[in-house]
Amino acid sequence: MSNNIIEVRDLKMYFPVLRGLLKRKVADVKALDGISFDIKEGETLGLVGESGCGKTTVGRNLIRLYKPTDGSIVFKGKEIAKAKEKDLGWVRREMAMVFQDPYSSLNPRLNSAEIVGEPLKIHNLVSSKKEFNERVEELFVMSGLSPDMMDRYPHEYSGGQRQRLSIARALAGDPSLIICDEPISALDVSMQAQILNLLQKLQEKREGLSYLFISHDLLAVQYISKRVAVMYLGHIVEMADSEELYSHTLHPYSQALLSAQPLPDPFIEENREVVVMQGELPTPLNPPSGCTFHTRCPMAQKICSEKAPELKDVGCGHCVACHLV
Amino acid sequence: MSRLLTVEGLTTEFKTERGIVRAVNNISYTVDSGEIVGVVGESGCGKSVSQMSIMGLIPSPPGKVVAGTAIFGNTDLLKLKKESKEMCEIRGNRISMIFQEPMTSLNPALTVNKQMSEMLLEHKSISKKEARERVIDMLRQVGIPDPESRADDYPHQMSGGMRQRVMVGMAMICDPALIIADEATTALDATIQAQLLEMMNNLVREHHTAMVMVTHNLGIVARYADRINVMYAGSIIESGTVKEIWANPLHPYTESLIHCVPQLGQKVEAIPGMPPSLINRPPTCPFLPRCKYRQKCCFEDPVQELTLVEGTHSTMCALRSGGAKNEQ
Repeated sequence: MSNNIIEVRDLKMYFPVLRGLLKRKVADVKALDGISFDIKEGETLGLVGESGCGKTTVGRNLIRLYKPTDGSIVFKGKEIAKAKEKDLGWVRREMAMVFQDPYSSLNPRLNSAEIVGEPLKIHNLVSSKKEFNERVEELFVMSGLSPDMMDRYPHEYSGGQRQRLSIARALAGDPSLIICDEPISALDVSMQAQILNLLQKLQEKREGLSYLFISHDLLAVQYISKRVAVMYLGHIVEMADSEELYSHTLHPYSQALLSAQPLPDPFIEENREVVVMQGELPTPLNPPSGCTFHTRCPMAQKICSEKAPELKDVGCGHCVACHLV
Repeated sequence: MSRLLTVEGLTTEFKTERGIVRAVNNISYTVDSGEIVGVVGESGCGKSVSQMSIMGLIPSPPGKVVAGTAIFGNTDLLKLKKESKEMCEIRGNRISMIFQEPMTSLNPALTVNKQMSEMLLEHKSISKKEARERVIDMLRQVGIPDPESRADDYPHQMSGGMRQRVMVGMAMICDPALIIADEATTALDATIQAQLLEMMNNLVREHHTAMVMVTHNLGIVARYADRINVMYAGSIIESGTVKEIWANPLHPYTESLIHCVPQLGQKVEAIPGMPPSLINRPPTCPFLPRCKYRQKCCFEDPVQELTLVEGTHSTMCALRSGGAKNEQ
């Protein structure tokens, strides 16, 4: 299909564990172990999972902050998984990132106009100081910041406003894909809603802007994404349209994750059965055999510990990796 | 049910270079035995500071409890000196606390058994051997597998979820009448958080312990709390049972707060603006600049106290409590 902005196939990312004087490799942490998905133009794909499941690693691989161990990433028709650093300039313009921590992701020694405008300079998108100022002002307004604040430094902003700055910076190169890595988890509830609505508004305004929205908050992901992928220990275990996933949850892990999320409504909670999943996340250093979830799965059978299930389509683009579905 | 804790007019201030920050502003609430009271609000609204004031944990200087009473049993907790014998008798024994960060609130140099039995040896007259048995029994209750050997582990040998279980066990071990859980599960993953909350809920209901649950997560209070106090800019702006509040949120802030959390199949309405600065607060309603229902009288009248509207449901909003002159 041609309207896919990015196609990821069998992406693997192993981090070597080095020990001893000679830094010999003793093992691999399999952060990503064969991940495939597409993001269409103008679409938002949500990526949920618990900490350590590899969701951030996916984002960092796409924008090539990490070099994938194996697999392919085709962005706008070009293979970038194995591209050299010097050939990645256009990728960093066409793809941008908003990080989780609005405190450490902004340079405290630059003022906000310099932060937002830095991509413009790096990619030579403006030719004069005047054009630079105009463009930065435009980005401020787009992100819901007052242009009067352009000469302020990051510490003068609140958490929500800093995240707006990060978004303004991400928009500077006029990207077609923005990777949002937990953009709202460091914010207060009322600020979270503002940022979610801002991201949505930007997408409406600029046709064809896609997001990869990484979060552990199922409700936020459900709200902003068209499609959602659930990750567990380096694998995608379920992927479907947002509504479909939340109404017909198939994978036992997604079910447990959804059940673990308390809904902010006592009248719903009253009649809701809480399924508490036992145990904790196994270490990716030595993941369980077969289906990685079988150690905690309430429905595990013999086959689950022997053979790894493949992600298969069970209809209407609803994909699930489970032997029992 | 009997009354356990009655807080009245609690006000806590911090001296800073830029002026006096009134972090908690004249709050009053009660906790009955055996109930779970949720305290919700955004960061900086004073929910933690109010709980720490009651426990005598406010660092002074710069902080100071400037007014109020907190009657627990027959004692006014706010009158007790921080390190006095009476306070130490209550703290950890009758009222205990669970903090957010399990790594920093456990002593890394002591084994789990050592720091848990420390509580028992301090407050109860029992031998070390008996204390160890009680610790192991408690660890089992909070869901630590193989408690006999895990009791000799150090905190760094446990995962975050395990450590928080130890914290819960430590808070429960003297069988207190009240537990204050300050964002106890915030740092944990969703599935681990659910495990822990279920365990805590079962444990306090079983032991008939009252719990004050401080959290910013509305879902958690909706699932577990009996009553809620909603805080904004240092004041309790609405209070009532969970159902009263959700069925009919009286204060505009509560209403907006409920609407700005994404729910399945609903639109999110953001609250414009930001919480106000707590320095030199105006005498009017703190939510006024962000309120979508504000009227002329709101700008003129000084802020109201928490007023009972019906049942146990009270609010600080003048328009909604019938206190305003020209309500629409």
